[in-house]
Amino acid sequence: MTATARETVLRRVRDALALSDHPEVEIPRAYRTGRSLPDGDRLALFTDRLVDYRARVHTGPSDRTAAMIAEVLREHGAHRVGVPAGLDPAWLTAFDGEVLTDSPDIPAPGLDALDGVVTASAVSCAETGTIFLDGGAADQGRRALTLVPDLHVCVVDLSSVETGVPEAVARLRPTRPLTLISGPSATSDIELERVEGVHGPRTLEVVIRTDA
Amino acid sequence: MSSPTGPPTSGTFLGMPAVPPRSPYGTGHLRGARRFPEAAHDELGNEQLRRNLGRATRSIRAKRLDATGELPDWEQLRDAGAAIKADTMNRLPELLEQLERKVAEHGGTVHWARDGVEANEIVARLVKDTGNDAVLKVKSMATQEIGLNEHLESEGITAYETDLAELIVQLAGDQPSHILVPAIHRNRDEIREIFLKEIPGIDPGLDTVPAHLAAAARAYLREKFMTTRVAVSGANFGIAETGTLSVVESEGNGRMCLTLPETLITVMGIEKVLPRFEDLEVFLQLLPRSSTGERMNPYTSMWTGVTPGDGPQDFHLVLLDNGRTAALADRIGRAALHCIRCSACLNVCPVYERTGGHAYGSVYPGPIGAVLTPQLAGMHGADHDPNSSLPYASSLCGACFDACPVKIDIPSLLVELRHQHTEESGTTAEGLAMKAAAAVMKRPKLFTAAQRTAGLGRVLAGRNGTFSRLPAPFNGWSDSRDTPAPPAQSFRSWLASAEGAAAMRAAAAEGTRHPDDDAPEGS
Repeated sequence: MTATARETVLRRVRDALALSDHPEVEIPRAYRTGRSLPDGDRLALFTDRLVDYRARVHTGPSDRTAAMIAEVLREHGAHRVGVPAGLDPAWLTAFDGEVLTDSPDIPAPGLDALDGVVTASAVSCAETGTIFLDGGAADQGRRALTLVPDLHVCVVDLSSVETGVPEAVARLRPTRPLTLISGPSATSDIELERVEGVHGPRTLEVVIRTDA
Repeated sequence: MSSPTGPPTSGTFLGMPAVPPRSPYGTGHLRGARRFPEAAHDELGNEQLRRNLGRATRSIRAKRLDATGELPDWEQLRDAGAAIKADTMNRLPELLEQLERKVAEHGGTVHWARDGVEANEIVARLVKDTGNDAVLKVKSMATQEIGLNEHLESEGITAYETDLAELIVQLAGDQPSHILVPAIHRNRDEIREIFLKEIPGIDPGLDTVPAHLAAAARAYLREKFMTTRVAVSGANFGIAETGTLSVVESEGNGRMCLTLPETLITVMGIEKVLPRFEDLEVFLQLLPRSSTGERMNPYTSMWTGVTPGDGPQDFHLVLLDNGRTAALADRIGRAALHCIRCSACLNVCPVYERTGGHAYGSVYPGPIGAVLTPQLAGMHGADHDPNSSLPYASSLCGACFDACPVKIDIPSLLVELRHQHTEESGTTAEGLAMKAAAAVMKRPKLFTAAQRTAGLGRVLAGRNGTFSRLPAPFNGWSDSRDTPAPPAQSFRSWLASAEGAAAMRAAAAEGTRHPDDDAPEGS
């Protein structure tokens, strides 16, 4: 009987290890973990990094959530806006345009007709200016929703902003579909010069709620 | 055992480990048509290419230094990254089986491919099973390595590259020349020309502003993203503990391909597995800062099998060997498998900066390519195998080692490969000549006689007093260096002459009046 590819590859790996000495390795994790900065410092760092990557930042208390979102949408002339099914309906009460609640039945090209999308977020990392979206969370929705429309308004609670990458990764739920976003889409493919705006949303507006 | 070229090859004896095979000769893109010196010679004549590369690598070098210098624990991260990779290689069998189990638990299907040919066949069959004849491609080194696009084309399947640089390369009918930025050899004017010629319905008024060129690509690919039902990707990481796969990118083409199609096929080299989800906290810091010099790349996607209502509902993972186990069997060479494809070593390499990527012949160019390519595909696939010239495509300056985020000691690997190459060529005429030289040098009379004869070589040398190409058996030596013509008179015969004796006497007298003699004691 001939061996399957699986058996062959695994046998080769075992043979390779048997043929080469490979001392056991201790993994030194001396890099910084478990950091926590005071709210003000975390906010300043996160904002600095977001702006550096051409995201726009709006900061305010949670009772201004609806007002801040409406302001941003108005500024972009957005009339039809998509939201995930679990988004707090109170967030869109100040917006006078059309709000469409996403569902898996809507084919992705249908999302192209939206002027923008408003979602919450799971975790953020201040040091890198990264927002982590959890596709399994009802207020963040399926991945296509935050990808196809050209404008993404993302609400971040300051309490969910961690200082560094290790602290943020530790808060993720690994088996959910996860998207890490650091600024709007960009490319460095032409002469290694960074250009914002390729296939993902060309505009990223971040609404940070300082008391949430 | 330092080289997987030792005796046991078929290894059917129970319990006797066999040396795993390299990537099959004549398949994929792990070997150029010409040896490095010949190919580099032509590339060096291309001034436009040198200007483009010089400009691009200079700018990325500065950005990388800023991004890595910003972290006070950068060296600790490198130490952790190197150790995680070494530990992964030690535990590869169990980690691969764990990854397979976890992916299957979450509704994905895992396939194993002994080599590129088998992986290509698996992907083509999976695409055909869906009834489609077109696929979206996310930039992937593994699928470049195995020549997937060409195979799909031969099976009547069209592959659309969606990464901007890959698109430029594909539209131009060109070859990639950099791991991260495959079109680094093209400048904005050339890219505009390619777009105007190859993109149907493009605005003829397109200018050379990079943002406008990117917008043209966005418009062209938008419709493909919305209508193509199958995507093929690579993977930056595969987490054994959870079955999670990850693609790190900038443009959003990756997100499009990983999210919108119904079927997703991911081709991943077996060395890309990581033990724990937690390990991402290290690599998500090392990779973007080393690669594009950013604190974080714009987009990273992670998915585990299939998620109902979100993304492709049909997911296949193809685990690829294609010479990786052969590299793993090499005590020293296996470190090349730690590579996370950041391309920092290319950007700092004085050789790469001048020759560009095409001279290396393989999809893996630059310092890491010079060690990885011979590991995967071998150096002795044929007489004068172009890959045997790769370990010499370096001045061993060490910049690559300093830049590597997982601390691959590329210079030492290059030296080891040079050793393996000469060992393998030990019975050739060059090897015999070296032995003859050793015998002559041991006997002073013979040596003096040989030197006198060598003096005659001046007659044969070129105008500048060098040989650019020596006859066999020394052509291996002269492939990469010029050889100065022997002097008319050897040092030994000069020293024995009246002129030599006078010069030595004068030097000795000079030595007694050395300026240091006037300096105070102990200074």
